[in-house]
Amino acid sequence: MTEFADIWSYLAQGPLVWLAATMAAYLVGDMAFRASGRKPFVNPVLIAVVLLAATLWTTQTPYATYFEGAQFVHFMLGPATVALAVPLYTHRAIIRKTIFPLVAALLAGSLTAVVSALFIANAFGIEGVTLASLAPKSATAPVALGVSEAVGGSPTLTAVLVILTGITGAVIATPILNLLRIRDWRARGFAVGVAAHGIGTARAFQVNEQAGAFAGVGMGLNALLTAILAPLILTFFQ
Amino acid sequence: MIQALTLLLSFQLIGEVAARALNLPLPGPVLGMLALVSLFILLPRAQEIARPVATALLANLSLLFVPAGVGIVGHLDRLGNDGAPILLAIVVSTGLAIGVGAVVFSAVARFAGVRDD
Repeated sequence: MTEFADIWSYLAQGPLVWLAATMAAYLVGDMAFRASGRKPFVNPVLIAVVLLAATLWTTQTPYATYFEGAQFVHFMLGPATVALAVPLYTHRAIIRKTIFPLVAALLAGSLTAVVSALFIANAFGIEGVTLASLAPKSATAPVALGVSEAVGGSPTLTAVLVILTGITGAVIATPILNLLRIRDWRARGFAVGVAAHGIGTARAFQVNEQAGAFAGVGMGLNALLTAILAPLILTFFQ
Repeated sequence: MIQALTLLLSFQLIGEVAARALNLPLPGPVLGMLALVSLFILLPRAQEIARPVATALLANLSLLFVPAGVGIVGHLDRLGNDGAPILLAIVVSTGLAIGVGAVVFSAVARFAGVRDD
């Protein structure tokens, strides 16, 4: 019989282990989310990330080795972004009708996200690479990474901050919007998409299909605006 | 499914090529999404081909963020020092942005007389 250590060292060479682990960890997170009655703070992404990070730490596996397997899942972010064309097309009539509220909320939400984050972090003495990495955190991952690199940030740190922002948005959106008594699904979804990109959009789709479509629009539009605004606003903090 | 995946990947490719060739500040997939909406407007049948796979992908969008999120293991020392203020900045700014965005949306919608129906 082959020793477990030998099997492990064979498997650790290929992408299979970490691809399977990524799917399994997410499945556990999703099961916990369903078991909780879909409570927003039982976030499947957060649970999966904690489980996988703990596994990497215990097995002394470098992130690069993990990513060789997980990259197949990561790659699907591109086609999924393109796939947003379907809900955009389906809801085109409502989007055309709400163009003024959309543009106003986009400007207000996007500016608030960048300025308040930089202001708070800077007030606590954060500057340089870390501050630059924080600026594009509300934009969808592929845009945020590009902006971070362009303004002297660290793209991998930005990736983590983008995910944290998304999880935060997914968790706090429902309580905040209920507190503000916003009942319009378009307003709720759009604001979440602008502030918390794909993870917020995924959460909005779980709550309401129209909110999800508007969140997708908000995420797409804020990808454009953050690419323009974040570098400009950052110059005031340097 | 193969047709739908080919459609999505081709439009991502078109987006990537356009972003680089025209030196646009936008990521390829976002341009691909805009191009695909244009195709649906010109050729509504294309939308029926893409719909099942697109819906399945978007329903499981959260999963796709897991690999990038696990990247946190490489930044634990930086987050150890500056973790609390960064977390505070993220939580407060995200909450503010959601609140401000939603309030502005409803206020302008009411002012412009755009009904929710």
